[in-house]
Amino acid sequence: MTFQASLRKELLEQWRSYRMPIAVVVLVSLALVSPLSARFTPELMKLLPNGEEIAKLIPPPTIMDAVTQHIKNTTQFALILAILMSMGAVAVEKDKGTAAMILVKPLPRWAFLLSKFVALALTLAVSILLAGLACYYYTLILFGPLPLMAWCALNVLLLLQVWLYVALTLLCSTLTRSQAAAGGLAFGLIALLAILGSLPRVGDYLPARLTGWGMELVAGGSAQAWIALWVTLALIGAALGTACLSFRAQEL
Amino acid sequence: MHAIRIEGLQKRFGKVQALDGLTLSVKEGVVFGFLGPNGAGKTTTIRILSGLAHADGGQAWVADQPVGVAQGLLARRIGYLPEDPTFYNWMSPAEFLDYVGALFGLTRPKRAARCRELLQLVGLAEHSKRRIAGFSRGMRQRLGIAQALLNRAPVLFLDEPASALDPVGRKEVLDLIAGLREQCTVFMSTHILADVERVCDSVGIISRGRLVAEADQAELLSRYAAPVFELEAESEYARPVQAWAGSLRSLAWVRGVTVDGVVARVTVADVERAKRELLPAAIQAGLILKRYEMVRPSLEDVFLRLVGQGEVRA
Repeated sequence: MTFQASLRKELLEQWRSYRMPIAVVVLVSLALVSPLSARFTPELMKLLPNGEEIAKLIPPPTIMDAVTQHIKNTTQFALILAILMSMGAVAVEKDKGTAAMILVKPLPRWAFLLSKFVALALTLAVSILLAGLACYYYTLILFGPLPLMAWCALNVLLLLQVWLYVALTLLCSTLTRSQAAAGGLAFGLIALLAILGSLPRVGDYLPARLTGWGMELVAGGSAQAWIALWVTLALIGAALGTACLSFRAQEL
Repeated sequence: MHAIRIEGLQKRFGKVQALDGLTLSVKEGVVFGFLGPNGAGKTTTIRILSGLAHADGGQAWVADQPVGVAQGLLARRIGYLPEDPTFYNWMSPAEFLDYVGALFGLTRPKRAARCRELLQLVGLAEHSKRRIAGFSRGMRQRLGIAQALLNRAPVLFLDEPASALDPVGRKEVLDLIAGLREQCTVFMSTHILADVERVCDSVGIISRGRLVAEADQAELLSRYAAPVFELEAESEYARPVQAWAGSLRSLAWVRGVTVDGVVARVTVADVERAKRELLPAAIQAGLILKRYEMVRPSLEDVFLRLVGQGEVRA
């Protein structure tokens, strides 16, 4: 009951503070641009001085160029959005005093935190879902159909990665009283995960592998990275669990 | 019956001992003024009693609920107004109160009725749909009181509820608090003595984390406020007043004398003797007086004496 009330407030805040519309507009815009830029980059190059020569060096665009571009745009901008939207979620409320005002009511601290996570996760899920639909549609027009199930799987895997960014940023926001410190700390943690993910062998079991897996599925491959998926889910759970435990012990 | 009981509460922040074995109890249905200078431990006490901070030692009970054990149960028995209440600025007061009502598990119709009632009570009914972002400090304070009252808690903690308000805002808030008497127990921290004198039934004075006095207001005044006589001489008598004050200090029935220009303030140990001897002594010293009166002891005299800042300078 209290969780529902808190979640309703968080979703309303996502809407009223324009975070949800901004996230949707940013990710959908980029999703529309991805197949367009993949399809028309050679034509654009031809408009440059000596562009004809440069264009000859560029291989003809394929449907996978659109997919690659979509993944790059979504992962980069969803990472920025996830950090910006989550870094102040707890830190600002602690600093301003709204957390103290609300947490003397019968709202458990875990419910306060998890409602924030769920609201942010839903906001980014809606944004990535709409971005996926937009990209699918433009890719269909410009290149042809993508394998629907594989495309859905790719977007779910992207979403899981973004949820991990949100969970880590929320953890950092819980540990500090400054949103700038929370953002910096979260960026550092995510960068560390990215570095570890680029290491041979170790990287196959880390969240960074999920996008590669999704892309291979869209390309028709049969590779699997279930361990990376479970590790990602475990990291989300661990980040949220640590945040809840830390928050429970804090004085407001 | 006691609404609040505190036994040996301890709290340390680094090298600072914020609460040093605080012990006090507050009867049900009274407005209790928790008085102390800045940094005395008032806010720390309220934060511990409302479950926002943890004590390092000691025990406390609020409305028969032990503090620091089951926050969910405690939360249903208290209302809390912080010193500087902050809200979600994108909400309206009606939305904020509705949210708080939902946290207490009230149904939608009950929430709507309670919100209307409270907004009316605190004088915000006509602003119920305005964004809180545009509210003045006084309006925020009144909304803070409304949210603290929402669950009809038996104990209300108000941390400096009127300190930052202008005289009109202060009067409104204090009238509101006075109206709560016997509906619930109000535990109100403040460093403004006039506010305590105006609304509080009983008073606790805290200094350096320890309770230095606790009693009903009238009892506190009779117990601790030493009688004071004020004499004001004609303007050219500053030096004679100074000299006369010096001679008074050696008298057994005089506890202390302070002089400010031509005004002498004499604190006495024996009122009857002072009534008989003080005025003749002034006349004998050749002073021409404009004013001579026995000053009603105030809570300020008690407060300054007990917290050791204004001990009569002899």
